[in-house]
Amino acid sequence: MPTRDKPVDPGRRTFIKTLGVGVAGATAVGAMGPEADAEESPALPAGTQILDLTVNGKRHRLHVESRTTLAELLRDELGFTGTKVACNRGMCGTCTVLLDGLAVYSCHTLALDAHGKQVLTVEGLMKGEELHPLQQAFVDHDGLQCGYCTPGQVMAAEALLRENPEPSRADIEAGMAGNLCRCGAYPKIIESIESMKGGR
Amino acid sequence: MRNFTYLQPENLKQAAKALEKNEAMVMGGGTDLLDLLKMDIAAPEQVLNLKSAGDAELRTIEEKDDKLRIGGLVTLAELAADDRLRRSYTVLQEAAAAAATPQLRNAGTLGGNLCQRPRCWYFRDPEFSCLRKGGDTCFAIDGRNKFHCVVGGGPCYIVHPSDTAVALLALGAEVRVRKGGKTRSVPIGEFFVLPEVDPQRETILGDGEFVVGVEVPAPGRDTRSSYTKFKFREGWDFAVVSVALVMDKAGGIVRGGTVALGGVAPVPWLDAGGSAALAGIGGQDRRLDAFAGALLAGAEPMTENEFKVPLTRNLAKRALVELLDR
Ligand SMILES: Cc1cc2nc3c(=O)[nH]c(=O)nc-3n(C[C@H](O)[C@H](O)[C@H](O)COP(=O)(O)OP(=O)(O)OC[C@H]3O[C@@H](n4cnc5c(N)ncnc54)[C@H](O)[C@@H]3O)c2cc1C
Ligand code: SF4
Ligand code: FES
Ligand code: FES
Repeated sequence: MPTRDKPVDPGRRTFIKTLGVGVAGATAVGAMGPEADAEESPALPAGTQILDLTVNGKRHRLHVESRTTLAELLRDELGFTGTKVACNRGMCGTCTVLLDGLAVYSCHTLALDAHGKQVLTVEGLMKGEELHPLQQAFVDHDGLQCGYCTPGQVMAAEALLRENPEPSRADIEAGMAGNLCRCGAYPKIIESIESMKGGR
Repeated sequence: MRNFTYLQPENLKQAAKALEKNEAMVMGGGTDLLDLLKMDIAAPEQVLNLKSAGDAELRTIEEKDDKLRIGGLVTLAELAADDRLRRSYTVLQEAAAAAATPQLRNAGTLGGNLCQRPRCWYFRDPEFSCLRKGGDTCFAIDGRNKFHCVVGGGPCYIVHPSDTAVALLALGAEVRVRKGGKTRSVPIGEFFVLPEVDPQRETILGDGEFVVGVEVPAPGRDTRSSYTKFKFREGWDFAVVSVALVMDKAGGIVRGGTVALGGVAPVPWLDAGGSAALAGIGGQDRRLDAFAGALLAGAEPMTENEFKVPLTRNLAKRALVELLDR
């Protein structure tokens, strides 16, 4: 798994590239003046807005099209390709990230809805080259086969354990219900999560 | 997904004004709307992000004047985690907890849950221009209709997909609808529209109207309620059928109650026959078959969904037996 000790900041590059001349519209993000409607929005191309968000502890400011999903932003703009997209329809969970601590499907969330929020992706769990204990648990317990669903499984499990550090088996099954695994690694995924109980 | 202008009102007033002025679609969590946009089933020029409105009215759950007021932006996860709901409005707490997946419940709002579009596979497939999308045929009649309705159908045969709507119907809730500066209350039974009235929409919401919340009358002390959902797989699934049961019980005997059904009709279905058959059951009197037989009067299953009738009746029996013991 590629790791980054100090993540490069592709956000800055994108920022410069896409924003070019200043941030005239920045203050208007998230605001719609009392009489304003779309056409009267400040000097940004129609259908785009400025987005401020924090990904894995690092702030980014970008200029995005309204239709951009959070998954597209993370992968294509910011280079966090650990987040996978399988269905792109909110049905499988591979794209799960934490948004202000809550698990969401990044493929089914508009990037602009992350404005002012904290995003945590699987890359953000690592400490340098060192796997997060939950990632290590998936390795130790064979909680994966092909591995495609794994980043999403890990992020959903992280959200579950933050909310409930001592989940029962039923809690795990309910908490992980939004993450499909086409390889059927479910028993081992549950085992990996169970091994984290009390160990955090 | 086609691009659109994302309107971000700061408050309800701005939102209401913008919706009167523009043909924008409202977005709550977007868990349904994004699917419609990605599949090109909806292609609005403007989308209004209701979440950008800061009003507490939209985001809080409040007990006041013998009513529970729930804001339209309250998420399904918040409903599922609320102790007041768990205690007194159990059917709604259970319905919210049974919907979708943890990730979708974190994003999905109550307003969006009530206003979500149907799951009929012909409706969701851009290749089929069916009645509900302005075409002239219902493909489900001669096509695959395992998950379609058994009552209330024609000329379109969807089932309403919302879990919380069924619970709210059994609780006698009202939907708070806003247009411009005015808010009105609509009994939830009148909020949803049968296809015989208009096959192209599921709710009464007209231009510029949107949901700001719901109000639920406080149940009595002896009221017990539950939501029982049948899914084809455990992970996540829309209700194949579901039963919302709200009843008053004294000395182990049902005094009266309401049965609402999901997955059987194009709207959340208030079952009058089943509701009337509840009174008196309990103790030695276990007329469960009479109760079950009274449900879904006049059902007319389609070619592939006859199974829903006995399934619903058995599920309702199970729900009743379990609730009698609670
Ligand atoms: C995989 C999957 C499984 C699901 N399973 C279930 C399930 O088991 N049970 C269930 O009930 N639902 C289920 N859903 C449907 C849906 O995502 C949720 O019900 C959710 O609550 C919708 O809320 P939202 O805020 O995301 O709606 P949005 O996507 O934001 O909106 C849905 C629709 O309602 C309109 N709308 C939203 N808010 C308002 C408002 N305040 N006033 C007027 N119109 C409004 C929008 O314009 C849109 O047409 C599922 C969805 C997916 C993708
Ligand atoms: S049931 Fe309704 S939505 Fe489905 S194909 Fe028929 S008309 Fe269209
Ligand atoms: S890729 Fe997002 S849920 Fe499947
Ligand atoms: S490990 Fe292959 S999809 Fe889950």
